[in-house]
Amino acid sequence: MAEHAKRLGMEVSIAVSHAVQMARAEAIAAYPITPQTHIVEHLSSLVANGDLEAEFINVESEHSALSACVGTSAAGARTFTATSSQGLALMHEILFIASALRLPIVMAVANRALSGPLSIWNDHSDIMAARDIGWIQVFVENGQEAFDHTVMAFKMAENSQVLIPTMVNMDGFILTHVVEALEIPEQALIDRFLPPYVPRHQLDPKRPMTMGAFAMPEIYLEVKMKHQVTLMNSYDRILAIWEEWGRLTGRHYQPVERFRTEGAKILLLTMGCLGEVAAVAVEELREQGLPVGLLSLRLWRPFPFAALREAVNGAELVIVCDRALSLGGGAPPVLAEVRSAFYSLASRPAMLGYIIGLGGRDVSPEDFKEIVARAQKENPEAPSQEFFLYGVRG
Amino acid sequence: MLEIRFHGRGGQGAVTSVELLALAAINEGKFAQGFPSFGPERRGAPVLAFLRINDHHIRLRCKVAHPDVILILDPSLIRIQKPAMDLKAGGVIVLNSPKSISEVRREYGFKHTLAVVDANTIAREVLGVPITNTTMLGALIKATGVVAVESLEHPLKERFGPLAAKNLAACKAAYEKTQVEEARP
Repeated sequence: MAEHAKRLGMEVSIAVSHAVQMARAEAIAAYPITPQTHIVEHLSSLVANGDLEAEFINVESEHSALSACVGTSAAGARTFTATSSQGLALMHEILFIASALRLPIVMAVANRALSGPLSIWNDHSDIMAARDIGWIQVFVENGQEAFDHTVMAFKMAENSQVLIPTMVNMDGFILTHVVEALEIPEQALIDRFLPPYVPRHQLDPKRPMTMGAFAMPEIYLEVKMKHQVTLMNSYDRILAIWEEWGRLTGRHYQPVERFRTEGAKILLLTMGCLGEVAAVAVEELREQGLPVGLLSLRLWRPFPFAALREAVNGAELVIVCDRALSLGGGAPPVLAEVRSAFYSLASRPAMLGYIIGLGGRDVSPEDFKEIVARAQKENPEAPSQEFFLYGVRG
Repeated sequence: MLEIRFHGRGGQGAVTSVELLALAAINEGKFAQGFPSFGPERRGAPVLAFLRINDHHIRLRCKVAHPDVILILDPSLIRIQKPAMDLKAGGVIVLNSPKSISEVRREYGFKHTLAVVDANTIAREVLGVPITNTTMLGALIKATGVVAVESLEHPLKERFGPLAAKNLAACKAAYEKTQVEEARP
């Protein structure tokens, strides 16, 4: 535990709002949507009670929420928003603009299924529909990580060599609505870690400038290339920031987290808090003598190709568990990405894809054990299906 | 790890109960998770709430499928939900009922260790309203010893402010009055 840190029990949503408060966000614009609501409700009361000196902009939609964030961030304010599902979908066109303008907005996404049918419950279809928006995208597994990564996201986004908006994905309800134990560092530690945001460029009536100019065909491609290069290059900065946080708090984070991977022939691969559930299954399977390990993908964008290849090292089978479906396609999003990381290699593991936990379907350690058992019966070179929709009836 | 499932109806405070108990356990240095069965909130509709308490970090992110303890705030749910069906062997049932333990056993066929208290009467007397969630925490603590009653004091104050004292008193009264009987073979 870091010196002077407090160990507290609180709802994870409230912990996220505390992270935003302790990061001294200066502008917040958000529209409430289940299951993100508690995060912004609490921030709104912190601002109203004078516990956070920030502008809280009430808006009539998520499209306006993110548009307002674009404005406050362009004016040089440390800016936060949060949303879920339909809200993220309604932000869609502005998501691309925020990243193309290189505005270091931080967003918490309480991941929830996209309608229809209408579902307020968790899966990753919302973020997967926003995969290509050019933001840094991180996934967390528990309340502590939700707090830590919300603080770190500001530093990542605002780094002068990065300047890319950053999203912290946390599973709606099954993470956001749980009261659990976590450590809150002292304010002084966070102030040392995260100095005030000094924008490189900002809107200022005294020094007029244009942000968001249109691009002729002669320049559009180059701007996109620059965005891609900067996003990929942000990887080293992100790692350096996570290392610094690790030194300060004792909590170390990796783009691909490993659990019991020593000598593993079979690897489960998950994102979000499925990783914790899978870890319970992996421990039990290890006790039965099965050489199973777990990789949990923390960094989704920029995708950690090299770290993933290194982490898979030597495994014969990777079972990729997606919490989203690519309708009309083949491999679901995470499986497709993981496959692409290995396709060009001479030696690569076999891969099987399982889709689990859509629309809030409960996933227990027993389910992961069942998936491993079923995967072992497949011929991984010629699986009976392109991917498996685990638990589907009828 | 101890896993507890609360059975109540929307508005009876099952979710508040698991949150308070989780905070009490965390304040004792333990690890805990308190969470509702997620969904639209409707007053009067059956509600589940879950609590896990452990000595180290809890990795599970799923519902409690086979609880060690079930707490039933509203006995009218027993016929609808059959809450004891997936209770572990050796598990405990904590029930709000004005009936005696033997009557409850006869009526519902419960074989597990059983703790019964008339929480409605206590809540009416002490709180002035028949809201039994904090009262039933006293019964749960009596039956399981999962936290010390005193550990609830701080979370109750945070949650209820000036009303905390009455809630703690109701909880303590239930702790005193709860009848516990070991499992019947």
